[in-house]
Order: sequence, then structure tokens, then C-alpha cells
Amino acid sequence: MLTGFDPLAVRRDFPLFARQEAPFHYLDNAATAQLHIAAFEAMRRHEFGSRANVMRGNYRLAERATAAYETARQTVATFLNAAHAGEIVFTGGTTAAINLVAAALGRSWGPGDEVVVSQAEHHSNLLPWQQLQARGITLRILPLLADGRLDSSALDTVISPRCRLVAVTQASNVTGAVTDVAAVVAAARQVGARVLLDGAQQVQHGPPDVQALDCDFYAFSAHKCFGPTGVGVLWGRAALLEALPPVLFGGGMVGHVGLYQAGWAPAPRRFEAGTPPITQAVGLAAALDAMALLDWKAIQAHETALLEYLLQGLQQLPGLRLLGPADTAARLPVVTFSMDGLHPHDICQVLDSHGLALRGGHHCARPLMDHFGVEASVRASLALYNDRTDVDALLAGLTEAQEILA
Amino acid sequence: MNDTALYQQAIKALARAAHGTGRLEAATGSAFLDNSLCGDRVRIEVIQHDSLISTLRHETRGCLLCRASASLLGLHAPGQDRDGIRAARDALEQLLVTPPATVLPTATSPLPWPELTLFAPAHPFPSRHGCVLLPFQALLAALGPDSGR
Repeated sequence: MLTGFDPLAVRRDFPLFARQEAPFHYLDNAATAQLHIAAFEAMRRHEFGSRANVMRGNYRLAERATAAYETARQTVATFLNAAHAGEIVFTGGTTAAINLVAAALGRSWGPGDEVVVSQAEHHSNLLPWQQLQARGITLRILPLLADGRLDSSALDTVISPRCRLVAVTQASNVTGAVTDVAAVVAAARQVGARVLLDGAQQVQHGPPDVQALDCDFYAFSAHKCFGPTGVGVLWGRAALLEALPPVLFGGGMVGHVGLYQAGWAPAPRRFEAGTPPITQAVGLAAALDAMALLDWKAIQAHETALLEYLLQGLQQLPGLRLLGPADTAARLPVVTFSMDGLHPHDICQVLDSHGLALRGGHHCARPLMDHFGVEASVRASLALYNDRTDVDALLAGLTEAQEILA
Repeated sequence: MNDTALYQQAIKALARAAHGTGRLEAATGSAFLDNSLCGDRVRIEVIQHDSLISTLRHETRGCLLCRASASLLGLHAPGQDRDGIRAARDALEQLLVTPPATVLPTATSPLPWPELTLFAPAHPFPSRHGCVLLPFQALLAALGPDSGR
């Protein structure tokens, strides 16, 4: 492992930065982090040297492809500190992973059963659960404090004995607030409910530990942690995955198949119908291997210092309202705000002309926008390769936006 | 294309003027649309007589481009029928997908409403075209289904 941290040195591992017209400041990492060169090179090597379908052919090329895919599964298991690789399901992304759990688990639930989410959820961790209401399952919502953090005092009242699952984000894609997972898990365990964590935002800020988190399911996307788009992961406890029915049917996920009935392969293959995202899984593994070499304590210290610098700068701007915590405690470097009289889309348009890439909109979290009483907002999300020059450019750009749009 | 062109004084003035803002009690047609990308929301209410729009009111919570577009409807939509609005929408759509250098000067423009040219600088930004077109889509929805002509 390398010790210490230099964001400029790390930035060289992300080729996109060298290919953009200056100035360029990428502050939309919560939407998609940039691709690590190791991921790209691994995918290129795989495509040119080992491209074949997996778990089907017995020729040497196919054996190499299968080995690469299963090695990627093991790498993900190590990244998450999962008990073993059999707990790793490759999916199309976080959204697909959560939909898989909702469809599979929801099948065994009935009227009166409850599922709990918070008002801070990304639509990906809200809409799949909403769909279960059509079958009589009750959706209950954990309320938020004024700053968007989960109101932990409501856990025991919202999570009732009829609760079957609590599905919450590990960290908000809007406010950056990190959920008190221990409190959520404790409340869920009190009533025998399972816990799913949406880890989409957390994974680019250091490896999670699913055993320490003590959750039951964990979902994330490769493109949030410097890997390619098109692949994600569902981790589930082995016994739980083994008890879940498949929700997609086709090649690769079967045991016996007759004309009128079929049996299923064991997990995780049962959940990977069709040709999986093989090359993308290889790319994800390479990105995770690269992450494993980094000093995450140093990176987190860098990100927190940068977050503090950003918060201080934003609070100096007239008419700016932070949507979310104003401090750095239990918080990812994701900051969302609105500005008096200016629409986020217009602000981001002006920022773009200054080489600043930020997201303006509802961030796929409309109920959270409602909580803050806004239709949309501007989000700056920092990653390990950002530094003070990015923040300084943002602060200058916002001042310019206020002048141009006035 | 820079933000000075996109956010020129004339378009800011059009948005600020907010022509047609408000609600109607006796609307003969209404529609509420939102832009799923950015959260812009437009409610349009109209009163029609003999297929012509006599009164239009809108409530627009959106970006400057969306508000300017709604304001433009407040200015020009009264007196138009559905075909007139659709022609204006089509002209605006064409303007947005056409590189600005090929847009004719306002004096010789075939555009139904001269202010439509104010939106030409949005051409390089397809993600903003929905903001500009949203009020037009809402108005067409408020006017009811196409007669098929």
C-alpha cells in the first residue's frame, strides 16, 4: 500500500483529465466518477486476449474468460470484505441490484407486510419498493431532520413488527450525509427485519466492510468507484441469496430445464441470466485493485479538508443556501445548494462555460427536494483527484454566475 | 457559444417580464408538465373561443430559458389556434437543432414570432432544449388532442 496522498499524482491515472480543454474541473463524481486507467487497460486486455462467453464453453479461450470473470467476483468480495465470492452477484448497476432484491424478496411478502425507506433515497431505492404497494405491501418512510440527516429518533416507531426490510442509502447522493447504519440495523434486528444498504455513493470514498456494517444486502455500481459503466454488484448474505427466487430467466442461471419446467442454478449464478457484463466486471475488478493500493485514511483526510474548504467558501457567497449539513461530521464530500433567484440549470450552464462540470437538477431524489422545498439544486461532489484549484474555480464561477444571471 | 450569448439581456428581460403569469378560474383547457431531467414545472391554463386562444395564464417554476419561453407564449399565444401554436413550436424546435450561423436575421426571418430567435444560442446544448420547449408542449396539451388535420 502507498502511504500519503497526492491528488495530482493520482489524477494522472485518470486519462480523461489530460484530454480535456483547460480549464476543466470535474465536480460531478456523485453521478459518475472518472475511469481509472487500470480498468481501461484490463478491459482492453480482456477484449483482445480472453473474449468469450463465460460458464459455457470448454475451450481454452472460454476457460480464460470464465476465470477472469470469477476472479473479478473474488476481487469484489475482497473489496467488500464479504465472507466469500459466492455472495457477489454481478448486475447492471445499483438500480438493477435493488430491483432484483425488491422483486425477489417482495414475492414472498403479502398484504400487511411493510418495507421501510427514508425520504432521502435516490429514486433507485424508492421506486422498486413503491411497486410492491400494488400487492398490498405497505411502504413506510423514515423522516429527516431539517438538514436532511435521518431522524434516528423515529426508527423505533417507523420500523414496526410488520417490517420485513429496511432499505436505506449508506450516504445521500444529495447531502452527502452518512446514515447511522448501526442504529438502523439495531432497529431492524429488534423486529427481525432485513437491511439493504444502497452503497452507490460510499464506494468511491473507500472500501466498505459489509460484515462490520452488519447489513443483509449491499448494492453499488462500478462507475461510481472508477470502473466502467454497465456493471454493478449486489452483495447478499449467502443464506439469504440461496433462499431468493430468480427474477430474470434465461441462459446461464438454470439447473435442469424441461419443456414445461426448470430448476435453478445456485446463487449467485441464479441471478445472472443471460451473458453477464464480463468485460465490465473485469474492469471493475481492476479499478478495485487500484483502489486497494491507495492510502484511504490519507484520502479521506484530503477529501474532508477539501469539503471544509468548499463549505467555508460557499457560506461566504450572498444568497446561497446549503441543502444538507453545514459541517463535515459523518459526511461525504458532496455538497448541494441553491442560490436566491437563480435556477440550478442556469447556474450550471454558466459554470460549464468556465470548465466546471456540476449537476443541476433534482438528482433523482425528488422527495428530498420536496423536504428542502426546492424543485432543483446544484451539487458539487468531490473525489480523490480534486483539489483546491477545483474549489477555487467553483467559487469564482458561482460569483460570475450571479453577475451574468442577475 | 458562451453564456453571454445564451443569457443576453433580451432573453433575461423576456423571462423577467413574465407575460401571462397567473391562474384562470374558468379555463377551458389546462395542462401541467414537468421536465424529468431538471425539475422545471409548467402549468398552463387557457380559455378558447371558436378554437382561438382568448386568454392564457401560466405558472412556471423553472430555469430562465423555460420562464422566457413561457413568457413568450403569454405575449403571443392569445389570438392563435392550435395550428398556430404548433407551427411556432415546430419553428422553435427547428431553430434549436439548427446551428445559429444559419439562422436568418430577425427582419427577414420566417419565424412566426421574432423573439424565437432569442433561443438560438441554446443550439449547442441539447439538454436545455427541453427547458425551452416545455411551455409549448404544455400549451399544446392544454389545447387538447390534435384534430388530425
